[in-house]
Amino acid sequence: MLRGFNRLFALPGTTVFAHSALAEEQGVERWGVNMTQGVTEVAQTTYNLHMLIFWICVVIGVVVFGVMFYSMWRHRKSKGYKAAQFHESTAVELAWTIVPTIILILMAIPATKTLYDIYDTQEADLDIMITGYQWKWKYDYLGSEVSFFSNLSTPRTQIDNQQPKSANYLLEVDEPLVVPVGKKIRFLITANDVIHAWWVPELAVKKDAIPGFINESWTRIDEPGLYRGQCAELCGKDHGFMPIVVKAVPQAEYDSWLGERAESTAKMKALTEKTFTFDELFAQGEKVYNRACAACHQPNGQGVPGVFPAIAGSKVAMGPLDAHLSMVIHGSPNNPAMQAFGPQLSEVDLAAVITYQRNAFGNDMGDTVQPIDILNFKNKQ
Amino acid sequence: MAHGPQPGFKRWLYTTNHKDIGSMYLWFSFAMFLLGGCMALVIRAELFEPGLQIVQPEFFNQMTTMHGLIMVFGAVMPAFVGLANWMIPMMIGAPDMALPRMNNWSFWILPFAFAMLVSTLFMEGGAPNFGWTFYAPLSTEYAPPSVTFFIFSIHIMGASSIMGAINIIATILNMRAPGMTLMKMPLFVWTWLITAYLLIAVMPVLAGVVTMMLMDIHFGTSFFSAAGGGDPVLFQHVFWFFGHPEVYIMILPAFGIVSAIIPTFARKPLFGYSSMVYATASIAFLSFIVWAHHMFTVGMPIAGELFFMYATMLIAVPTGVKVFNWVTTMFRGAMSFETPMLFSIAFVILFTIGGFSGLMLAIAPADFQYHDTYFVVAHFHYVLVPGAIFSITAGVYYWLPKWTGNMYNESMGKVHFWLAFIGLNVTFFPMHFVGLAGMPRRIPDYALQFADFNQIASVGAFLFGAAQIVFLFNVIRTVQGGSKASDEVWDNPEGLEWTVPSPAPYHTFSTPPAVR
Amino acid sequence: MATESSYYVPEQSRLPIFATIGLFLTAFGAASWINGGSSYIFFAGALAMATVLWFWFAAVIRENMAGLNSEQLKRSYVWGMGWFIFSEVMFFAAFFGALYYIRTFALPWLGGEGDRGSSNMLWQGFENTWPLYVTPDAAAHGEAAKFVGPKDIIDPWHLPLMNTVILLSSSVTVHFAHVFLKKDKRQAFNIWLAVTVALGALFLFFQAEEYYEAYKHLGLTLESGIYGTTFFMLTGFHGAHVTLGTIMLLIMLLRSVIAHHFKPDDHFGFEAASWYWHFVDVVWVGLFIFVYVLGS
Ligand code: HEA
Ligand code: HEA
Ligand code: HEC
Ligand code: CUA
Ligand SMILES: [Cu+2]
Repeated sequence: MLRGFNRLFALPGTTVFAHSALAEEQGVERWGVNMTQGVTEVAQTTYNLHMLIFWICVVIGVVVFGVMFYSMWRHRKSKGYKAAQFHESTAVELAWTIVPTIILILMAIPATKTLYDIYDTQEADLDIMITGYQWKWKYDYLGSEVSFFSNLSTPRTQIDNQQPKSANYLLEVDEPLVVPVGKKIRFLITANDVIHAWWVPELAVKKDAIPGFINESWTRIDEPGLYRGQCAELCGKDHGFMPIVVKAVPQAEYDSWLGERAESTAKMKALTEKTFTFDELFAQGEKVYNRACAACHQPNGQGVPGVFPAIAGSKVAMGPLDAHLSMVIHGSPNNPAMQAFGPQLSEVDLAAVITYQRNAFGNDMGDTVQPIDILNFKNKQ
Repeated sequence: MAHGPQPGFKRWLYTTNHKDIGSMYLWFSFAMFLLGGCMALVIRAELFEPGLQIVQPEFFNQMTTMHGLIMVFGAVMPAFVGLANWMIPMMIGAPDMALPRMNNWSFWILPFAFAMLVSTLFMEGGAPNFGWTFYAPLSTEYAPPSVTFFIFSIHIMGASSIMGAINIIATILNMRAPGMTLMKMPLFVWTWLITAYLLIAVMPVLAGVVTMMLMDIHFGTSFFSAAGGGDPVLFQHVFWFFGHPEVYIMILPAFGIVSAIIPTFARKPLFGYSSMVYATASIAFLSFIVWAHHMFTVGMPIAGELFFMYATMLIAVPTGVKVFNWVTTMFRGAMSFETPMLFSIAFVILFTIGGFSGLMLAIAPADFQYHDTYFVVAHFHYVLVPGAIFSITAGVYYWLPKWTGNMYNESMGKVHFWLAFIGLNVTFFPMHFVGLAGMPRRIPDYALQFADFNQIASVGAFLFGAAQIVFLFNVIRTVQGGSKASDEVWDNPEGLEWTVPSPAPYHTFSTPPAVR
Repeated sequence: MATESSYYVPEQSRLPIFATIGLFLTAFGAASWINGGSSYIFFAGALAMATVLWFWFAAVIRENMAGLNSEQLKRSYVWGMGWFIFSEVMFFAAFFGALYYIRTFALPWLGGEGDRGSSNMLWQGFENTWPLYVTPDAAAHGEAAKFVGPKDIIDPWHLPLMNTVILLSSSVTVHFAHVFLKKDKRQAFNIWLAVTVALGALFLFFQAEEYYEAYKHLGLTLESGIYGTTFFMLTGFHGAHVTLGTIMLLIMLLRSVIAHHFKPDDHFGFEAASWYWHFVDVVWVGLFIFVYVLGS
């Protein structure tokens, strides 16, 4: 567990501010101290609310601490000050009960208004279903065929400090959520396994994704751009590694993107009929494996002892094909962490990753699985 | 009846003496504080810079979880119970706690419960890794096998707390010296009385929720599974029904300690004694109806959201009364700044800052942005570290001469204070910034823009840790010897505990003392 | 408030540390057992725990008989028992609260009503009913479902009604016993107490039969979704408390019959047990209303 513990002592060495310097070079904004103002109306109101409460607290703080410092300075024994002996005053006590109450009521009014605004999910132009998985997001554009997963795209080597970190380290994905600007978008948020939370600060949307239930939220983005966020509810090992990227584009661009997406989905379907060579499958399988499986079973196939079994030398990966297919397509009957990948991956990807698992890491089974085998297996059930 | 302490280790195993048991609680709590602190240092070391350096994510999650659990249940709560054991009988003129054998039992359960909890670190699949709030289904269907041991250790810890609380209530209501009416009791006694009620009311609920988990994991029930008709959010409601009063369990006795110390060093009676009592009671009452402010983002109906927001904001009123009372007690006093007073003043300032961020969190629409970020981490460390921990430290310095008969080393105490004060602010203040800037909590690695403040926080954590070594050293030195303390120790302090010799005799009052 | 002129200061005792070891072994053993280990540690712990408690109570009784217990200490015991029962009330409150939440919020949402009503999209075909014969799982996944609802539920107006009568009358009988004890009518006390114990046992017998029925014929089990979950957890914990209460009363009976304990003006052991019994009774009334009657 304590990998390279001696690095702890090497830390204060030369590398210390290397990352920060790097961030500087790449134009990452450093020393941010406040909430973003965001790019939606709700984000702006939230920001204003936040600042309002903040300043009220500052003022109260200045008064209270001011009195305190004043008496610490003036009323000290070392200066020969003699203590007064008063210890009660109903009038004063009443005053400092009532005044804060009034301040609180004043705070509650804008807060209530903002809350009503945030809760109004009626009359949306577009519905998107967001599903949290351990550790990726799935986006379904309701009313169209389009549906895809969005994974962290920062390479493992950067995380392990073997490569310099890129500007959007840990905040970049393979496929962002693409949405049109100026439209009211309703999010239907849920999860497949444990609780996640979908959070994009600049949109001021944070909602828990709860398995078995759907929560609603909405946004209307004013400016085109890339908005980054992260999962905001502890969801297991890679909770820190499931970012969100929202790409807001003008309506026309959005429409053409949606068209292309639908087309390529159809193309993928067609590929199911095709027969691939072993090498094609193996190469594709490696990609899929690293994207979808390596988080648990590890890039080297060794798993995490006691938590995630190894694929290298696995009885399933080196056993009868049907059991392997069933494990990957339907998931494990014993442990929900091993999800049903059948609905998540295309037939081609499933065939590829299974071929890969049976032949990589020294498993050397020598067999290939074709997309059509997957389809047949699925249909058999 | 044999009445000295038994020699040797049997004294500690068999004791029924409130002072022995109090000392054991305090030492145990300090050990847990160091252990939990070491885990915090692992967390801070990993977060020193972006990338994974020292630990892997699954181990990081175990550290976060165990740090939270150990600090809350192992460090803060036992420390307060230890102080209660030492001081309550002395303050109300009782010979001992009401149920001395049960007292010993409550204590000894703790080391065993924590041994069981910590042993999970060495089990296959690792220790609990789902946060100290252990939300289902991460803690049920997706939990490591060690969760079963975690559940049972919570059960027996809860039994210990309930017995401890019953004992304290019985002592306060039943063992006061003649003339010690309720409204004459020191505030520490009052705050503990109310805390004990909170404990009895909510620890069983915690036991209930872990039992539901146990059933879901091993016996096929579906409390937290929508498939069977349950709801994962049900877990959170039950947990926070316990959890929110729990955070006040960790602060009410602190209010009591500070209310004892400030008048002594301001040489002026406490301002607004009776309003302090009512404020404490109001906070305790309100604490039962605000729990869902931890769950603003789970998708509650708006009516619920508003109710919990308003109720939470209300807590600022009685808490404000307390803060104003302390400030007014200092106002036009004749102040001196010995170590306990320094810690108490820092308590008032920094706790108030933590309270302000709490109030910001209470604003539901703003909490959508704060929730589960380091802003929350900053909030609760400000109320817990300079809140609970500082008050305990202040209490230890304040009463140590009474316990040991020796004066602690004042300069070392001041060094401890300033190191801790600076270390703490350097650690936790920047967390507000990274939190607002968007850094989620419970992550082992983060984006580059958070690097600078995290580095500063990590340095502060080690500084704060170093301060605790000074403390440990000072306490051990004082136990071993040092200049003799007078019976009163300080300038004319209030309370029965100062009427007995220093060190306080093994059995303080064998006949009830007279109360003015 | 204390008025005594001199305090009783208790002696050191080895009971608590042994009790701790017993409790620890029980908890640790239970966890290992559930996780697939052997059950020996658990039973060893439970045995140790029972033994220590035996000696502990014996010590308390001995001290009391020797006149060591001041009025003050006796009051402490009273407070102790009272607040212990309150903590038990809160334990049950957690489960009643869960039932309330499920019925008022979770199930309507899953069935498509209210704020989180869109959740129904995930469980197409699910309808919110109580008792929940068709779980969301079963509605959406049919045969493949893990949680299948019960075929039928327990009719409140047969066994449960009978049990209500039994338990309510047992509260009356234990009260009679108390009255006779205070009047120093030892024979009558013993008889009424014995009747109470018998009623407790009878209740447990019927409950066992009810469970047998549920599992054997009705498909009502712990695994049958939230109805079975709340039903068995609430009635089960109540049953466990009845068992404990019956044992407590039985011990009181044996103490009275065999050792002639208790005096008309000093019998807190019995009183504590009877309070516990009344508490268990009140919980049952809650169960009967909220689980059985309003649940059918
Ligand atoms: C000792 C412990 C302690 C204390 C005392 C408090 C005190 C308060 N807390 Fe805190 N809180 C925690 C421990 C504590 N908290 C912990 C551990 C968590 C995180 C749990 C987790 O998720 O792991 C948490 C989280 C938490 C949240 C959830 C945040 C989130 O997860 O999104 C909220 C939201 O409302 C909150 C609010 C408050 C409020 C309003 C107070 C109030 O009591 C504060 C009142 C005090 C003041 C306001 C200052 C003094 C008053 C005045 C000077 C008067 C005048 C002031 C005004 C009128 C403004 N707390
Ligand atoms: C009273 C409670 C309490 C206290 C005192 C502390 C004290 C500290 N806490 Fe923490 N903390 C929590 C309660 C507490 N905490 C809770 C409830 C959580 C939430 C957990 C969760 O998310 O589930 C949390 C989470 C938490 C996090 C967030 C983790 C995450 O989200 O991933 C961080 C990160 O910096 C942190 C840091 C610290 C630090 C640096 C201290 C320091 O103050 C610690 C100082 C002490 C020491 C450094 C020990 C000193 C000793 C030595 C150095 C000597 C060692 C020698 C010997 C063994 C002889 N804590
Ligand atoms: C979230 C974690 C996780 C991810 C991601 C994951 N698995 Fe698994 N996998 C598991 C767990 C846990 C088990 C053990 C299941 C059990 O005990 O029944 C497992 C078991 C397996 C096994 C059987 C191994 C054995 O020897 O028992 C195979 C094969 C497998 N997974 C393939 C895959 C493939 C292919 C992917 C990606 C497409 C994948 N897994 C992604 C967690 C995961
Ligand atoms: Cu998903 Cu955290
Ligand atoms: Cu709270």
